[in-house]
Amino acid sequence: MPRRGASGTAPDMAAPIDPIIGRYVHVSLSGRPHRLYFEEAGEGIPLVCLHTAGADGRQFRHLMTDRDVTDRFRVLTFDLPWHGKSTPPEGWQREEYRLTTRAYTEAIRVFCAALELERPVVLGCSIGGRIVLSLAIEHGAEFRALIGLEAADYQAPWYDTTWLHRPDVHGSEVCAGLVSGMMAPQSPEASRWETLWHYMQGGPGVFKGDLYFYRVDGDLRDRVGAIDTARCALYLLTGEYDFSCTPEDTLRTARQIAGVETQIMKELGHFPMSENPAQFRRYILPVLERIRARG
Amino acid sequence: MAKETERALAADLAARVDALPTLVNSDPWLVHRGRFVTTELLLELGRGAYYLAIERGRIAALERGPRPMPSWRFALRAGEEAWRRFWQAVPEPHYHDLFAMAKRGELSIEGDLHPFMANLLYFKEVLAAPRRERHGA
Repeated sequence: MPRRGASGTAPDMAAPIDPIIGRYVHVSLSGRPHRLYFEEAGEGIPLVCLHTAGADGRQFRHLMTDRDVTDRFRVLTFDLPWHGKSTPPEGWQREEYRLTTRAYTEAIRVFCAALELERPVVLGCSIGGRIVLSLAIEHGAEFRALIGLEAADYQAPWYDTTWLHRPDVHGSEVCAGLVSGMMAPQSPEASRWETLWHYMQGGPGVFKGDLYFYRVDGDLRDRVGAIDTARCALYLLTGEYDFSCTPEDTLRTARQIAGVETQIMKELGHFPMSENPAQFRRYILPVLERIRARG
Repeated sequence: MAKETERALAADLAARVDALPTLVNSDPWLVHRGRFVTTELLLELGRGAYYLAIERGRIAALERGPRPMPSWRFALRAGEEAWRRFWQAVPEPHYHDLFAMAKRGELSIEGDLHPFMANLLYFKEVLAAPRRERHGA
């Protein structure tokens, strides 16, 4: 099990407090003011974690309280606009949210610049894994290393996204119902349901809007071959139970990228960091250690 | 597959489906989750057809087909081998979820899907309930 920050260290049995600090940063994205919520923990190499579609940065709370990570890395996560505790942009009530490659890339680069992060590592899961591939293609020199969890150049769709946002179906119930099967049966029940809770708390149409990027705008087939891993190291890790981004999808992607390091993770699904943190750290710690050793 | 093995598999699957009303109706939380569900569905296992009538989250009737004039809101159809894999105590990848099987073309989900999608967590738990049968999981 991960060693926890404050827990167990206080001699007087004080209530444990996670060593995670949450704040808000004001930035401009696509010419509109945004107030983004972000959290951070630890010191060292900046490691920016990107949440999955329709969720938020809470997915990384275990990584952020694992001292084997935070002793060497300054772990940061921010909630994309419209997600978690980030405020949706003014006028949101009269528009349909749709994430695009351009907007997603801008949000990541603007966040890193606003926090003055020097050549950060970016780790992204699912849509975060897809954008990591796009960052590797377009902006590899800006990053120390990139880590894609449940990442591939393309995945075949497996449901009709109109079910995600309509008045006669409860959005939070259906979002959770759809993603519930993307986790491994071995993952602890409490962690699986905590992961689903994040999905139950997404705003109406936000998960659907993220999937626009995933399915329509972010197709990277025939483009990932341009990734230069000598300039920026790339790691791809996918859970064996992920049927949305299957191990085959990741391996097909990896075959096109010289120098990429790929692992299929046993007994994990689409949400490795939150569905089974103890199992995930067995895979992510060696990757982080290699990144640290490369400097 | 040898005839004998085939028959044993069919008998095991039939027993699992037959246990569905008890498994669901004896689980107060599951019935609560489905308290707004009143519908009929067809569950097909290979050539075996089962008609389930659900009333306010309880399985009110389970009838083995064939029926002369079958009527249902939605149908879930998969081969016997796919259901066998799905109902293992710890299912293997691609057989651990209805949509995982559907994506591989092992399961078809047809008909008026509104009751299914509007109560997805309920139906997923109902259909996974036979995993508990005989494994005590």
